[in-house]
Amino acid sequence: MKKPEIPLIINGRRIDGRLPDEVREIKMSIGEILNADGSARVSFGNTEAIVAVYGPRALFPKFLQETDVGLVRVIYSMSPFSVDERKNPAPDRRSIEISKVTKEALSAAIFIEDFPKAVVDVYENIIQADGSTRVAAINAASLALASAGIPMKDLVAACSVGKVDDTLIVDLNGKEDNYSESDMAVAMMPSKGLITFLQMDGRLTKEEVLELLKKAEEVCKRIYELQKKTLLERYKMEKEEE
Amino acid sequence: MTQREIVLPGSYIGERKGRKIVNCYVEGEKVYSKVLGVLKISDEEICVVPLAGKYFPKVGDRIIGRIEEIEVSGWWVDINSPYMAFLPLSEAVDEFVDVRRVDLSRFYDIDDIIFCKITKVTKNKIIQVSMKDVLARKLFGGITIKITPYKVARVIGKGGSMIELIKEKTGSEIYVGQNGVIWIKGGKKEKAIEAILTIEREAHTIGLTEKIAKMLSG
Repeated sequence: MKKPEIPLIINGRRIDGRLPDEVREIKMSIGEILNADGSARVSFGNTEAIVAVYGPRALFPKFLQETDVGLVRVIYSMSPFSVDERKNPAPDRRSIEISKVTKEALSAAIFIEDFPKAVVDVYENIIQADGSTRVAAINAASLALASAGIPMKDLVAACSVGKVDDTLIVDLNGKEDNYSESDMAVAMMPSKGLITFLQMDGRLTKEEVLELLKKAEEVCKRIYELQKKTLLERYKMEKEEE
Repeated sequence: MTQREIVLPGSYIGERKGRKIVNCYVEGEKVYSKVLGVLKISDEEICVVPLAGKYFPKVGDRIIGRIEEIEVSGWWVDINSPYMAFLPLSEAVDEFVDVRRVDLSRFYDIDDIIFCKITKVTKNKIIQVSMKDVLARKLFGGITIKITPYKVARVIGKGGSMIELIKEKTGSEIYVGQNGVIWIKGGKKEKAIEAILTIEREAHTIGLTEKIAKMLSG
């Protein structure tokens, strides 16, 4: 663990003035990429992810086709301009890993048996990074999948929790992420209470993990409500049609 | 009793009570929606009509396809879906054809547009189409446009009112496939396309028929 230059928690407030349990401002919108079958943009404070979903479409090369289930492919990438110093746009070890774990977080909710021999491509792009990028990507991807009409068990909501200066906090920003004692990213299907994704870095005791999971569930439920609101608002107009 | 509301993936709909379910899944007795769509509940079935998504073939749908490839005894047809459909020779031609001597492109060639009917869909999505239908035919010339499949109902209108209006005002020949492909020939084609794309864009607004009528007369 690196030592921060300045304390991360002063008088019970975090470096950006939030309380430990406070989430950054969340913005969600869908349908911004017209070429895609579904798309969404989600921002948590300065972290911003934009996701496009294509499919289900024919899967090539043909040897990847399965006769009973479909395939979900996820590509996570960070734009070169998303961080302070230019990031090489080529896929690196980190992007490949996040592609894999976010794919698993999402495909737990997707009915892949509904589109055998076909593929759903999810392109996650981080256009501005300030901590918790993978959870922003998961939130956006689940919205984009729903708006593309992909059959799913539930929407997937995600959030990050962690520990800095012996305090348990939610929704880490970039600074806190770099200097945290521990951080944990959680994705779940809130209405089912099922966790689809859990990653932890650093050290925590058992009690702390349970406490953080409880906090994460609360935040995920809040994000879930927001996701539902965003989707309903977009399609509310069409409801009046009939 | 029917009721309509928008449901999201994972929305709880109700108890199943032995009813048929479409685009839903069950856990025990509880029914949840699978997709984003409009809910239709009746005594016989619980159905969610999707608001977005690709075309998934159903038996009996009349669609517009494009010949993609010629095989020994049939054709592969692109039906604007994740899957290709197969048109076997026996479903396309009435007379006897000796496949060793006859080049099948004399019946249907690559890039020909056909209006056909889906006759078979298997579980692992092997799809068969047929030309043995009253309306099935080869469409000569003309142009095709694609719209979102779930807005096809809106383009056709109640009892075909909207499509009749467009045909009448523009004098074009129009075929609408349930897979979201529309074929237009003759008349004021540009106006017809404009009208159809307006319908797709503004499918949710009220009084669309009047608006289109005004647009086409003006």
